[in-house]
Amino acid sequence: MAKIEIDRERCKGCGLCTISCPKGLIRIGDEINRQGYFFVVCDDHETCTGCAICGEICPDVAIRVWR
Amino acid sequence: MDLVFKRPECLIDIPFHFCPGCHHGIAHRLVAEAIDYFKIREKTIGVASVGCSVFMYDYFNVDVLEAPHGRASAVASGVKRARKDRIVFTYQGDGDLAAIGIAEGIHTANRGENITIIFANNGIYGMTGGQMAPTTLLGQKTTTSPYGRDFTYDGYPIRMAEMLATLEGSAFVARVAVNNPANLMKAKKAIRKAFQVQIEEMGFSFVEVLLSCPTNWGLPALEANRRVEEEMIPYFPLGIFKERKMADYL
Amino acid sequence: MDQNPEKILVKGNEAIAMAAIDSGCLLYFGYPITPQNDIPEYLSKHLPPLGGEFIQAESEIASINLLLGASATGARAMTSSSSPGISLMQEGISYMAGSELPALIVNISRSGPGLGGISASQGDYFQATRGGGHGDYRMIVLAPSTVQEMYDLTCLAFDLSDKYRNPAMILGDALIGQMKEPLVRKKCEPMVLPPKDWALTGAQGRKPNRLKSLYLQEGELSEHNWKLHQKYEQMRKEEIRFESFLVEEAHLIVAAFGSMARVSKTAVELAREEGMKVGLFRPITLFPFPDKTLFNLSKKAKQFLTVELNTGQMVEDVRLSVDRDAEVYFYGRPPGSLPSPEEVLEEIKKYYH
Repeated sequence: MAKIEIDRERCKGCGLCTISCPKGLIRIGDEINRQGYFFVVCDDHETCTGCAICGEICPDVAIRVWR
Repeated sequence: MDLVFKRPECLIDIPFHFCPGCHHGIAHRLVAEAIDYFKIREKTIGVASVGCSVFMYDYFNVDVLEAPHGRASAVASGVKRARKDRIVFTYQGDGDLAAIGIAEGIHTANRGENITIIFANNGIYGMTGGQMAPTTLLGQKTTTSPYGRDFTYDGYPIRMAEMLATLEGSAFVARVAVNNPANLMKAKKAIRKAFQVQIEEMGFSFVEVLLSCPTNWGLPALEANRRVEEEMIPYFPLGIFKERKMADYL
Repeated sequence: MDQNPEKILVKGNEAIAMAAIDSGCLLYFGYPITPQNDIPEYLSKHLPPLGGEFIQAESEIASINLLLGASATGARAMTSSSSPGISLMQEGISYMAGSELPALIVNISRSGPGLGGISASQGDYFQATRGGGHGDYRMIVLAPSTVQEMYDLTCLAFDLSDKYRNPAMILGDALIGQMKEPLVRKKCEPMVLPPKDWALTGAQGRKPNRLKSLYLQEGELSEHNWKLHQKYEQMRKEEIRFESFLVEEAHLIVAAFGSMARVSKTAVELAREEGMKVGLFRPITLFPFPDKTLFNLSKKAKQFLTVELNTGQMVEDVRLSVDRDAEVYFYGRPPGSLPSPEEVLEEIKKYYH
């Protein structure tokens, strides 16, 4: 069991996590946050293994990971 | 479930001012993680340089001193000489360390000052709007090399890590990148090792971190990230260039 | 405190180095330059046995920045140089004033501008008293005139620098630096000073300290500048020091500092022997400048002859102080040509009435 939590207000929509997740579970979302960035969303927590690569690669420390 | 990844204690919980996709945030976090790992937060003193890294004191939960542009390595040496029992590090960009501060950088390494320099190399001057840096690549267009860097006018890019590794005072010198998970993990280990070298009083430690600068490279974040791999790493190879195995008391 | 202080024959430069150690300064960073090398040479020998740190840095730029770092930890630290090297240090000094860091910078002036020469001059007066670097700040500037003062004023400079959290300068010159005179090494009497809770020592059990001069938020920087200004106003009220010699009933007062005050003092004595009512006013603090004292003197004395080893620097401050009520004359000897007391006496005679 694992899940991630994305801080939508810290996310700048850079997309680094979207290309780093080994399972491709993160994508740029359709909503913007207060800064005007399209923040990322994770659609599939079931498949998430909690590897935390998304958290590691995020330059804004916007992702927390549970395993 | 356990929380297995979160913000390090040493990194203050405020938004970073860096551009989307800029790697500075990753490098800052890796330094904070190293400080947490060794539990040295309360005896660490950081020296901020001038550039996009100037706001270091807003981000690291340690005592921080501002230094004039280029002089952070000398300032940090002064701090360490006055308080040898503290852990002292600088975070300097390519202008700060490889241009205006190159003399101080070389002599700090040469004296084997027991401090740690994190060298943020993105091959361009970020804060001032994208001018050429000493580490700008040949052919790279910047606001002050609009025709592309030409070695007849501007010389070749400087490889700081290799240069500092030739000095006896250097105990640990490495170049890393954070553009993909594998490189990031190696970067984490190298930064941790650099602080360990200081804690063990083995001499001067230096980690050059290749970073992307999407805004001033004129590239979207993911393409800038790719450029690190495709253009920077071939000229600035990753690796450990000096690793002293035991304390150097000549 | 020493009951039987040593009386020794030393160079002015050495006296500064001794005073630094006696003031508890165990950190020195500097670069060789004539005519002040006695200072780093003395300290390179005497600091290590005391557990101090001596670095001959790669440049004066490195030196002032090493000093900035050491001072930030709350330790007493110093550097020394001479005119061209002091020019290199200006940015660092500005940063230290902006970040409110204490430190001692010693300038054993030589001749300029540019590479100039190595003989004594007073051509750095403007540089020293007007801040020297960029921005709205001043240094506390003390001008010794004897080897004993090289010692005493160094002790004072460390105390004042700590008291105000501001860089301080000893403005000497090649003459005072190189000459030998008896020194009573009576150890510095410490001033009562506030604790340095602003210092960077590691954030243990407290919030992190931050030492910086960058203020970008609306209104922050102007507030900070006024705060610095307040310090300089307080210095003007409380820290002025000078020497008056035979100024009572004087018609003409010679104004001079440092080595020129030595020459001028003898000239004044010679003038008195010839029956002229002449006195000497010697500012010891060049910043803060004793303008009010000079102004008060100008109520009785109507002639002021400023004697300097330059083409006219302190004379401007003398004019600002007394121009309304007295005549101000200037006798300047650019660097490289030290006047004799007789030559100064000739100048006095030219104007005296």
